[in-house]
Amino acid sequence: MLQIRNLHVNVQGHKILKGLTLTINAGEVHSMMGPNGSGKSTLAQVLAGRDTYEVTEGEVFFEGRNLLELEPDERARAGVFLAFQYPVEIPGVGTAYFLRAAVNALRKHRGEEELDAVDFLEFVKEKMRLVDMDEQLLKRSVNEGFSGGEKKRGEIFQMAVLEPKFAILDETDSGLDIDALKIVADGVNSMRRTDRAFLVITHYQRLLNYIVPDFVHVLVDGRIVKSGGKELAMELEERGYAWADQSIRHAAAAS
Amino acid sequence: MVSSTEQTSTSSETDATLDRWQSEEYKYGFYTDIETDSLPPGLSEDVVRLISAKKDEPDWLLQWRLKAYRHWLTMTEPTWQNVHYEPIDYQKIIYYSAPKQAKDRPQSLDDVDPKLLETYEKLGIPLQERAILAGVAVDAVFDSVSVATTFKEKLGELGIIFCPFSEAVHDHPELVQQYLGSVVPHNDNFFAALNSAVFSDGSFVYIPKGVKCPMDLSTYFRINAISTGQFERTLIVAEEGSTVSYLEGCTAPMRDEHQLHAAVVELIALDDATIKYSTIQNWYPGDKDGKGGIYNFVTKRAKCLGRNSHISWTQVETGAAITWKYPGCILIGDNSVGEFYSVALTNNHQQADTGTKMIHIGKNTRSNVVSKGISAGFGQNTYRGLIKITKSAHGARNYTQCDSMLIGDKCGAHTFPYIEVKNSTAQMEHEATTSKIGEDQLFYCNQRGISTEDAVSMIVNGFCKEVFRELPMEFAVEAQKLLEVSLEGSVG
Ligand SMILES: Nc1ncnc2c1ncn2[C@@H]1O[C@H](COP(=O)(O)OP(=O)(O)O)[C@@H](O)[C@H]1O
Ligand SMILES: [Mg+2]
Repeated sequence: MLQIRNLHVNVQGHKILKGLTLTINAGEVHSMMGPNGSGKSTLAQVLAGRDTYEVTEGEVFFEGRNLLELEPDERARAGVFLAFQYPVEIPGVGTAYFLRAAVNALRKHRGEEELDAVDFLEFVKEKMRLVDMDEQLLKRSVNEGFSGGEKKRGEIFQMAVLEPKFAILDETDSGLDIDALKIVADGVNSMRRTDRAFLVITHYQRLLNYIVPDFVHVLVDGRIVKSGGKELAMELEERGYAWADQSIRHAAAAS
Repeated sequence: MVSSTEQTSTSSETDATLDRWQSEEYKYGFYTDIETDSLPPGLSEDVVRLISAKKDEPDWLLQWRLKAYRHWLTMTEPTWQNVHYEPIDYQKIIYYSAPKQAKDRPQSLDDVDPKLLETYEKLGIPLQERAILAGVAVDAVFDSVSVATTFKEKLGELGIIFCPFSEAVHDHPELVQQYLGSVVPHNDNFFAALNSAVFSDGSFVYIPKGVKCPMDLSTYFRINAISTGQFERTLIVAEEGSTVSYLEGCTAPMRDEHQLHAAVVELIALDDATIKYSTIQNWYPGDKDGKGGIYNFVTKRAKCLGRNSHISWTQVETGAAITWKYPGCILIGDNSVGEFYSVALTNNHQQADTGTKMIHIGKNTRSNVVSKGISAGFGQNTYRGLIKITKSAHGARNYTQCDSMLIGDKCGAHTFPYIEVKNSTAQMEHEATTSKIGEDQLFYCNQRGISTEDAVSMIVNGFCKEVFRELPMEFAVEAQKLLEVSLEGSVG
């Protein structure tokens, strides 16, 4: 589904990603772990198409298409979703209105009929239950005055509504209490399908107790220094990122 | 030569200007035949007399025009407003021209510039109105004209007068004479004085005691508006306990060869009367580089004369190269209420200096001001508002909210709130914000599949919600679309 080859990314002249290669197949859940500042969000934003990040080398293919050539909204309509680490507030724009515009942009793209306000409400109610969202939030402006937890749940709710092919979750677990964490995880788990893939970015191993990944990657200083199965997450938790980084350096030195 | 100019203030500068005008008057001579369709450019007392004669006006109106003209000669064009433009040569303006003959106009929509039709399409303007707006010959749009006539008959049954200003001068002279200039005097300001001297036409509305006007006065006006020209004059009088909602302008870009528009609108509400005046202004704004475009210098004022009277101005200003207007309310009657809701958008090189004046005189008078300024491109947007609480206005209250939104980093937003309070019981509240459409907000929308253009209009419409809510439903939908179209290409 997604092939990233030798991706190099600069932000304001600083090298952040330094040759990242990763393949994600349909049906898989990959977890990307790493210390703060290692470039996790950078990867997420680049995949979503933010133009403040400059790709200097490498390529990314999504379902065979050159993802880097698509505009951010085209990527979204092609099925790429990003649950933001810091969802932005849009005052004055109602959440229901916003989401309906998003859904209809997608439907139009697929040649389907657009939903009116009534049909849309029907459609989202079920999705709200999935993440235990208060219906009142639909009436409020997008993310405005939402608590940290509400914002994160809101992102998962939007994901459930938009039903993407490939979803990136950027530290959706940060700042959530254990109950909220479970709700978010349940939401993601219920969406796991053979034709859908996830990239779950997290700083802590905790979330991975609830969303069990097929693969875990460790990102340090813009490079994947270690990849493995779900047990790698446990090992990291015990030994820390320095271990992962060093073990690869030792391996490199030994060879 | 102007013989009886009352010069109350003269400086060498004004003298020089007067000299120039007067010498140019000579150049053209002004022995114009009353039968001709349009006058040569230039303004003089003779021109004023001629306009009045063409309209077959009573002498009192001619005298009023002349008084205004003579006063105007003593005035200088204001320069305090935060807008910049090339000096206007008033001797180059044509002050009277008869409406174009049917044979000189497009005969059907097929003869109209396709670009214009495309814009009408985008705005969802009804088919029959497109023809009128594009200036298609009257015969071709007969249907809508007859609609207007039926409409007028219906209003007539209720005693409502709704007609062109020039018609009212003949049919209801006593009403016109009583109220004309009672809110905006002939010498109020430079542009109002000019308008008073040479006004072409406009609308007159009179709602009798206790009558609630059963429909928004709009359709007729749209048709009527085509020929009103550059110096429009509107007068609305709402008698005791009456109610009216008046819609001015329309979203379609109006074609007009005149560069200067100096309209005057006067509203009068008596005891328990309510007037709601909504404007959508979309005059030609000039091209992307700021060439051309209309100067919209308008004086709009309302008098809440009666107790519990209520006047509300709502405006959506998206057109014109320069907009300069401060629709205000003089709150004389006790418990009267004045409101001002405004959206002003400046894109490319447009400039707007707009706001309101609320003058509290009666007891327990209230005013409510909500202004939303949007600047994009190189647009400059100024809010200028005066809230004046006079000594007699016990228990007066004002709430002002003044929000600016910037799109891009080459535009500007400016706010000048003036407050004068002479009564200590007054309660004043003022809120102001400036926001920018953030790259992060647009990216967030994009990430959900929403195009940048849609995202901008969504955010802007959200920003303007409180004002759009005040517009009659149908107008509100049009206003939203208008903002979308006006903002096209403003981002990325
Ligand atoms: N917009 C930006 N401007 C400058 N530096 C940035 C910007 N975004 C990220 N960075 C820097 O890039 C590095 C990687 O950041 P990020 O991808 O957010 O890391 P992570 O998500 O792993 O914590 C950090 O050193 C951060 O300071
Ligand atoms: Mg991050």
